[in-house]
Amino acid sequence: MEGGLEMKVMTMVSAINNALDIKLAEDPMIVAYGEDVGVEGGVFRVTEGLQKKYGAHRVFDSPLAESAIVGTAVGMAANGLRPVVEMQFCGFVYPAYNQIISHVARFYNRSRGRYRMPIVIRFPYGGGINALEHHSESMETIYGHIPGIKVVIPSTPYDAKGMLISAIESDDPIIFMEPKRIYRAIKQEVPEDKFSIPLGKAKVLQQGSDLTLIAWGAMVREAQKAIVMAKKDGISVELIDLRTIYPIDRQTIIESVKKTGRVVIVHEEPLTFGTGAELTAIINEDAFLHLEAPVNRVGGFDTIVPLPRGEHHYIISPEKIYYNILKTMKF
Amino acid sequence: MFSEFSPLEDKMFQVMDNEGNIVRPEYMPEVDGQRLVKAYKDMLFARTADLMAVSYQRQGRMYTYPPNYGQEAIAGAMAIVMRENDWLVPAFRELGAWLAKGASLKEIFLYFMGYEEGTVFRNAKNILPISVPIASQYQHAAGLGYSIKYKKEDSVVYAVVGDGGTSEGDFSEAINFAAVWEAPVVFLVQNNQYAISVPFRMQTRSVNIAVKAYAFGIPGLKVDGNDIFAMVKALQVAQEHARSGKGPVLIEAVTYRRGSHTTSDDPTKYRTKEEEDAMAKTDPLDRFRKYLVNQNLYDPSQEEELIAQYKKEVDRQFTEAENYPPYPLEDVFKYTYVELPDDLRQQQIEHEKFLKWKEALK
Repeated sequence: MEGGLEMKVMTMVSAINNALDIKLAEDPMIVAYGEDVGVEGGVFRVTEGLQKKYGAHRVFDSPLAESAIVGTAVGMAANGLRPVVEMQFCGFVYPAYNQIISHVARFYNRSRGRYRMPIVIRFPYGGGINALEHHSESMETIYGHIPGIKVVIPSTPYDAKGMLISAIESDDPIIFMEPKRIYRAIKQEVPEDKFSIPLGKAKVLQQGSDLTLIAWGAMVREAQKAIVMAKKDGISVELIDLRTIYPIDRQTIIESVKKTGRVVIVHEEPLTFGTGAELTAIINEDAFLHLEAPVNRVGGFDTIVPLPRGEHHYIISPEKIYYNILKTMKF
Repeated sequence: MFSEFSPLEDKMFQVMDNEGNIVRPEYMPEVDGQRLVKAYKDMLFARTADLMAVSYQRQGRMYTYPPNYGQEAIAGAMAIVMRENDWLVPAFRELGAWLAKGASLKEIFLYFMGYEEGTVFRNAKNILPISVPIASQYQHAAGLGYSIKYKKEDSVVYAVVGDGGTSEGDFSEAINFAAVWEAPVVFLVQNNQYAISVPFRMQTRSVNIAVKAYAFGIPGLKVDGNDIFAMVKALQVAQEHARSGKGPVLIEAVTYRRGSHTTSDDPTKYRTKEEEDAMAKTDPLDRFRKYLVNQNLYDPSQEEELIAQYKKEVDRQFTEAENYPPYPLEDVFKYTYVELPDDLRQQQIEHEKFLKWKEALK
């Protein structure tokens, strides 16, 4: 899976840009577009320089309509293109939700396999950047719940590159959610050459024996900080980065839970009906007799994400994760 | 032509009147007599099939079906103008156009009997499946248009929506995108006067639909959709415009849905008998037949025999559809993703275990 030995320090932004660059160079059927994607290179500069390199017919600014950005991708895919579209923010995807749920996710089924939908819909999500309303939410569940699409969330530059390459190469449509809070916060050595990471596989980031901590996206880094706190209490935590919301990697989770017997799940999205609830159900189904404590979900409140002055109340801190690790250990 | 029949002045492009007389000979499209007779017969076949579909539904042999009765000239014209490489992006009331593109009646019956297989149209080239969410398919047409330009192909996209669909955001967004991209798309509106029960005048304050083209900077034309010649000419001009790289065209085909919206509603609740009788005088087949008879291209005495022959063919294909094999459980799962994910496979296995258990109870 690893590429060549040439490594380069990348942020998540530059790693995603690099993945797009590699795929655009490799496959002339790939087009990338969305609001401000072309000349400006996206509001987060994820697509910077790509229009210059590949031309305005391949990397371009579309008019401002999310439903049309996704809906036109369906038509392009039907005629053999592989569109990678950007939604500017997680909170602006909803006008496109009809196209995602009614067509992107169903065309393959409706046409009994005649039309594949190799579409990637990528967008920044999540809180913690002092943004305006509609710019901070985490709504992976509303995509994970749709039959016919896969949902991917990387937590590192390395994974972002490898998983985006897999997403672009997938013949199934992919929702690719980018934790914008760590867009530039993490720098990592990433191979410059092409490599891919299979979708649907979680990653055990740290081995442990007392408790399984499951997180994804920007919460992975917070979880890692909590693990350092817990270590001082002698608690050995196994950390799993879920990486793909659907299809869920049951096996990795169940193997870990069978070993530790205790689970804390961390997600930014609202608690109720969240991905944590699904993970809890899976653990009940396949590891019930191994549990020493109820599965503990640490999620966002079932409220609107507050504007910046109130957002600190909402955001899940490492301390809150640590507090819940202790709670589950003491059960 | 676009300026002569300006939708701003609410002008409607018409070549033939209700009596089958050619009133604008300068716009008469060049189509040879044999092709015209074929077009008429195809429209008659579509009408026969359509009326029979409604009765099959009434007999409980088919589920909900959207009738095309009264709108056949639009598809008849599309059949003449559309080339094999052109794309058809249908809504769900496109019986004639589906058949013209190469779909079989059997497939169409299968769809309305409840099989996805019926909307694959395996032998039809460049056709999208039936699209139910109103106007959403217009976006696909704009994207297809972009892909055609991108791949330097010579196709044109024909996208179909009803009058109700013009109120949807997707309608405007799609035309706007296609216009900005100068994509080769003919946006066709079948204005059949009703969105289920809501009449056109409650759908928009716009004087007509074609005029909306001006807001997108593209040509628009309001056409008598029950006039086969006007429709052929309008589509030819639109196709030429789109193919020459000038971008999309909006065509409003004014027609009248003589049947119900679908077999689930009752038009007597929302319109009068007087209106229906008045509109019957514009019927596209009657007008076309009068023209062909006047030109000695068609002998009306053969019509009864033709219909009898068509009924037999329709029934043959319907029977084939009725004998289609049962829907296997496997098919529920296998087209969700290109490769079945493990958890979906597990759901299928668990359900099969249940079925086995149920079978053992007997």
